[in-house]
Amino acid sequence: MDKIFRVNMTDLTTKIEEVPAAWAGLGGRGLTSTIVAAEVPPTCHALSADNKLVFAPGLLTGTPAANSGRLSAGAKSPLTGGIKESNAGGTAAQMLAKLGIKALIIEGAPKTGAWYNLAVGVNGVTISEEKELLGLGNFAVIDAVEARLGKKTGVLTIGPAGELKMTAANISVKDPDSKIRSHGRGGLGAVMGSKQIKFISIDGEGAPGVKIADPEKFKGAAKVFAKALLDHPVSGEGLPTYGTNVLVNILNEAGGLPTKNFTVGQFEGHDKISGETMHDTIAARGGKVKHGCHAGCIIQCSQVYNDKDGKYVTSGFEYETIWGLGADCCIDNLDDIARADNLMDDIGIDSIETAVMFGVAMEAGILNWGDSKEMLRLLTEEIAKGTALGRVLGGGAGSVGRTYGVTRVPVVKNQGIPAYDPRSVKGIGITYATSTMGADHTSGYTIATNILNVGGYVDPLKKDGQVELSRNLQIATAAVDSTGMCIFVAFPALDIPECLPALIDMINARFGIALTGDDVTNLGKHILKLERDFNQKAGLTSVHDRLPDFFKTEPVAPHNAVWDFTDAEIDEFWNF
Amino acid sequence: MKITLKLFATFRNGRFKVAEQELPEGTDVRQVVLGLGLTEEEIGIVMLNGRHGELDSTLSHGDTLSLFPLVGGG
Repeated sequence: MDKIFRVNMTDLTTKIEEVPAAWAGLGGRGLTSTIVAAEVPPTCHALSADNKLVFAPGLLTGTPAANSGRLSAGAKSPLTGGIKESNAGGTAAQMLAKLGIKALIIEGAPKTGAWYNLAVGVNGVTISEEKELLGLGNFAVIDAVEARLGKKTGVLTIGPAGELKMTAANISVKDPDSKIRSHGRGGLGAVMGSKQIKFISIDGEGAPGVKIADPEKFKGAAKVFAKALLDHPVSGEGLPTYGTNVLVNILNEAGGLPTKNFTVGQFEGHDKISGETMHDTIAARGGKVKHGCHAGCIIQCSQVYNDKDGKYVTSGFEYETIWGLGADCCIDNLDDIARADNLMDDIGIDSIETAVMFGVAMEAGILNWGDSKEMLRLLTEEIAKGTALGRVLGGGAGSVGRTYGVTRVPVVKNQGIPAYDPRSVKGIGITYATSTMGADHTSGYTIATNILNVGGYVDPLKKDGQVELSRNLQIATAAVDSTGMCIFVAFPALDIPECLPALIDMINARFGIALTGDDVTNLGKHILKLERDFNQKAGLTSVHDRLPDFFKTEPVAPHNAVWDFTDAEIDEFWNF
Repeated sequence: MKITLKLFATFRNGRFKVAEQELPEGTDVRQVVLGLGLTEEEIGIVMLNGRHGELDSTLSHGDTLSLFPLVGGG
């Protein structure tokens, strides 16, 4: 039977608990948000002992289901002040699931200045004081933990940014190549830092594995599901070939590629940073065009990017990072962007928040537009070292805007707006405005239908249908985020009729239950409402469901589009 | 009439990134697609002057036509 592992950092004790009946049917985001809502006072300081950091694998994680190896991390966010769930690949989710750990809850905070590591294994969690690895970057931590405990050890770690409790700090997860995936958004690395935990190791030895109630039914459904993923042109061909970065050229053509801190919708240097150019560069330098972030991923949207000498620079090199440091900062040097991506992994800082931040920092005059060398210096010499300037930058886009008196600050609920301009792709603007997570494209990815013709088509430049589109996608995403599935299963799920029923059949076969499509939709609705209720109690109300004013007053070329939704139209989102 | 034709992702293989094309008046997107040796089924996204277009859209002098296979990311 699955258990809850609970760690109290105030008195340095650990417990193994039965799973309460109300949590039994939950996993991933549904579970982390339920636990945070039940146990964290909404008005607490996110970096205080009252906050809790919760890790939960999804409902299907640890099974042979394709693309089911995502781990959810949840807490009250020090960046947004609201509830947060951020999910990532890597090896940890499957190891936790196979150990029978439904959730790992970390609460309290040490009373002294001592730092610790947690060792998770089949018999529970051991807390040990940690001195040796303090101050190190994430790559060095992973190497050292492997040397200490063995190559197979799973690792969750924070870099200097998390230790310094910067609100853009992330939590890094070791991937199958001992590199890094990230619980990127919302400053969860600072929450882990506030608990004075440098890393969590996971020992899979003796793990009982995941028991499937109806193995035959599961096998059949898993086959149908995997076939849908491989048959769909986006998940089966586009993503493995070009990665997510194929979007640079598409958004540029559509006039929705935010450029120069969201002042223009197209970037002159787009071709140099595009997915097509990246693909050819990777192939020519002997990197890996496709690569999975976790065992069992059959989409393989990740890649390994090498330098001119064929040496590893980075992996998991995503569109949002490349857009942000590229178009939004007017940098057209993909090698420098790759170097920055690697540095952000090592420092342990969210590559979306930090990229948006650099656009604001350039507007503030901290560095010049397009100055990638100074950007690299700011990462290594200021942010990684925690200088006063580094701490301002490490607080994200909102922090820099406030400190330097910038008014064009692309954030919602203080979280940086990602790679799609909400004026020229209006559906995603509704998602940014209403998401319980702050500006977050993944929570209701309308780009699929606004731009990519997946799941039908809704004109990105008109207001019609956007609220409904975003609502339906946010509900579905909340449910998918609870299964441990990669969000890219949404592409086949939107177009191939057998895909979603197969996903539900796998859940039913795994637990011996009989969920219907309606049950899954209701789960998604329940999660969104639960998260919103937490946010409202934390002081985030409908007046925070708004985009910054400049989107209303500054038309963006080439379509000269403005954000023209009324407050009432946005608030319609929550009518469900 | 002259148009600018841009190709993306796999459509560039054995073809080109961008080219000026001289076309008879009244040519539609479908004719351009077939002329490239592509099929209708292969077309994921048609963009005409930065807005979504259709295979039936008629082209005009000075248009920019961009063709993408069905791709995506996030």
